[in-house]
Amino acid sequence: MGHWHRFSLGAVAVLAAAVVATQVVDNEYFFYAGYVVLQFVVLATAWNILGGYAGYVNFGSGAFFAVGAYVAVALIKAFAAPLLVQVLAAMAVTGLMGFAVGAMTLRLRGIFFSIATVAVAVICETAVMNWGFVGGARGVAVLAPPPMLFSSTTRLLFVVMTLFALLAVAVARSIQTSWIGRGLRALRDSEEAAESLGVPTLKLKLFAATTSGALMGLAGAPFPLYMNFIEPTSAFSLNYAVSALAMPIIGGTASWIGPVIGAVLLGSVQQIVTVTVSSELNVLIVGVVLVVFVVVAPQGILGLLRRLAGRGGPQ
Amino acid sequence: MPLELLVEAILAGVLLGGFYAAVSVGLSVAFGLIDVPHIAHPAFLVLGAFGAYLLGGYGIDPLLAGVLLTPVFFLAGLALYRFYHAVFERRGSDAGLRGLAFFFGVAFIVEVALILAFGVDQRMVEAPYIGRSIALGEMRVPIRMLVAFGVALLLTGGLAVYLSRTFTGRAIKAVAQDQTALALMGADPVRIKQWAFGIATGTCALSGALLIIIGPVEPGLGRLYIGRTFCVVVLAGLGSMPGTLTAGVILGVAESVVLTSLGASWAPAVAFGLLLLVLAVRPTGLFGR
Amino acid sequence: MTLLQVNALSKRFGGFAALTDVSLTVRAGERLGIIGPNGSGKTTLINCICGALTPETGSIAFDGTDVTRLAAYRRTRLGIARSFQIPRPFSSMTLVDNVAVPLEYVAHRGLAGGAGIRHEAIGLLEQMGLRESADALAGTLTQVGLRKLELARALAVRPRLLILDEVMAGLSSVEVDEMLAIVFAVSQRGVTILMIEHIMRAIMRFSQRVVCLDAGRVVADAEPAAVVADPMVQRIYLGG
Repeated sequence: MGHWHRFSLGAVAVLAAAVVATQVVDNEYFFYAGYVVLQFVVLATAWNILGGYAGYVNFGSGAFFAVGAYVAVALIKAFAAPLLVQVLAAMAVTGLMGFAVGAMTLRLRGIFFSIATVAVAVICETAVMNWGFVGGARGVAVLAPPPMLFSSTTRLLFVVMTLFALLAVAVARSIQTSWIGRGLRALRDSEEAAESLGVPTLKLKLFAATTSGALMGLAGAPFPLYMNFIEPTSAFSLNYAVSALAMPIIGGTASWIGPVIGAVLLGSVQQIVTVTVSSELNVLIVGVVLVVFVVVAPQGILGLLRRLAGRGGPQ
Repeated sequence: MPLELLVEAILAGVLLGGFYAAVSVGLSVAFGLIDVPHIAHPAFLVLGAFGAYLLGGYGIDPLLAGVLLTPVFFLAGLALYRFYHAVFERRGSDAGLRGLAFFFGVAFIVEVALILAFGVDQRMVEAPYIGRSIALGEMRVPIRMLVAFGVALLLTGGLAVYLSRTFTGRAIKAVAQDQTALALMGADPVRIKQWAFGIATGTCALSGALLIIIGPVEPGLGRLYIGRTFCVVVLAGLGSMPGTLTAGVILGVAESVVLTSLGASWAPAVAFGLLLLVLAVRPTGLFGR
Repeated sequence: MTLLQVNALSKRFGGFAALTDVSLTVRAGERLGIIGPNGSGKTTLINCICGALTPETGSIAFDGTDVTRLAAYRRTRLGIARSFQIPRPFSSMTLVDNVAVPLEYVAHRGLAGGAGIRHEAIGLLEQMGLRESADALAGTLTQVGLRKLELARALAVRPRLLILDEVMAGLSSVEVDEMLAIVFAVSQRGVTILMIEHIMRAIMRFSQRVVCLDAGRVVADAEPAAVVADPMVQRIYLGG
């Protein structure tokens, strides 16, 4: 399909720009903050695959993120595993988590899935706090090996996370434009009708939950290397759960572009606000903006743009 | 575990369970009966607790504070439901997602507003029944737990009577089963549901006060209670008052036994674990429709 | 030959018996009407046949295969399609996409789709007279448009058994005739049709056989004239 050519070219351009930036830009903070924004692109995109496309709300994204990070830490401590192995393992574990939670609750009404995600988040955090091997409640330091090809680990991870963001977006886009995406949208609009028209709703929901979970693990896997340290309170921070939800809703849940817009906008604002104002106020702002958008602009920024351009409603 | 310890744990658990029932009763109505995805219910409990704390600063007993704040919370509930219904209950396909996200946002805002107003420190209140215990055989039972259990009985019993004996109460139960039939009988389903939500929110004033009577409260406490309240409501069987009391006791006993045998770090996971178990095995709960 | 065999079906909701010992035989190509007062269990019966509900006792066999506990989407793939009493469109999708979903998931399953699907979807919409609105969002349709869309989607499944649940409710006399003509045309193509209706003249004109339900039980099962003349049926409908 022609539009994949355009997308691939754009992706390559973005990746190239990221690499060039690491050679050209002096300000280290740019990469530090940029990594966080890119991480949110992955997280928001992952959330949207189940939340926006299928309509099932995950309140525990922080747990999937943190489990990804802790799987990585466990592998570093146990085998000094390379990043690629850490990432694949993290995705496998969080993908399985998504599948398990889905298998338990996706047969029931949406709210039970959502509550189950809160349950999983609390249980995971409790389990990690009691797991001495990865530092338990005190946390553990993580030493990064000297980066090849780049002047700092942060710059290397910046490029890595750019790659992950492009990967996540490519996955979301291909789901959205495929028959799977249409099936998900159908079951979101009316699960009963979709099922009666031959859509295997449970299977599709499980697929979305597994993919979403796996991509959240992808976002979390490089986190220990990035921070050089990991401890449960910050890894399981509520900010991840709220942001993963707020960014797609603000950007627009109907398309893969929405979470990207939301993540870039909100992520950047968060970085600025945290530096200049207290972090509690930062989190309050996210909550207020979320509520405002949910009430006033349910189609998000994408929806507003479409209405301005004269076309009504989602594609 | 020695038998004596087990018996003590069970007794403590029963009283704790009564408390859990009291704080879940509002959710039994809001979610169990009128189907509102009220993830923000625990946040209102914490709000009630801080309300009692605030009035405690003026020397007002926390239980009294709870009673005094009930009409305030009731009115707030009416308003919140009117808003929720107008924006979310009517619109199309993704209203469910947005309704959930809305209450999540509300819970979040309440939590952070409380942090900004009161800080993250734990707050407590004082009352003659807090800090004292009575002897029951060889065990000591904290009086505040007895108070909580008593209030739980009052709340669940009172609501059960209200729901089966009064016209509005029966209308609330009816709207849970068949909205159209109710409308045909001349009652406005939306007004009934609004009233029910007002009641549900109103209970948060008193049960929130119980929260701070039982122990210290800090703004983030709500999250722990999402698991407990939904566990009780789902285990009870949506909308059943006797179910709520029973389920609360079951949870209380389970948590108490785990606390005694495995320690405090695993106790928060009990409610969620039990909830997942119920959802997997018998989602309609004990007394479910 | 028997296409659908329902045997001794019972379904309860808590203490309420929605269906009790319901048995029904539908022959291939038949036009069967189902009547009965509100609450008599007609929609519950449909839900059991289609898989939206699971009965407590009894069995359902479609073309010889036992489908009693088969997932709903699998029954659709076997050839059972239905319309809903209250239309359930995919409101955020266009009419074409609404019809494309069953095409992709049933008729064209496993085949490369693309342009062929869109073409067939538009063809189905044309049959219903919805061609002009093909690219409009389903949420913008009128009541009669929604019912036609329900029918178009059900037909996209290429069903052998089509179940219509009060597809003419709320329509004007002219619209009823329109719908009836469409349904007759479908029947001519060999599709077996089960029609639940309250509109008597539609039932009388359309059905070769009529089944009457009351309080969850079958109380009559004969040709239309005989059923309407049955004193029990008259008592149910006219009160007594």
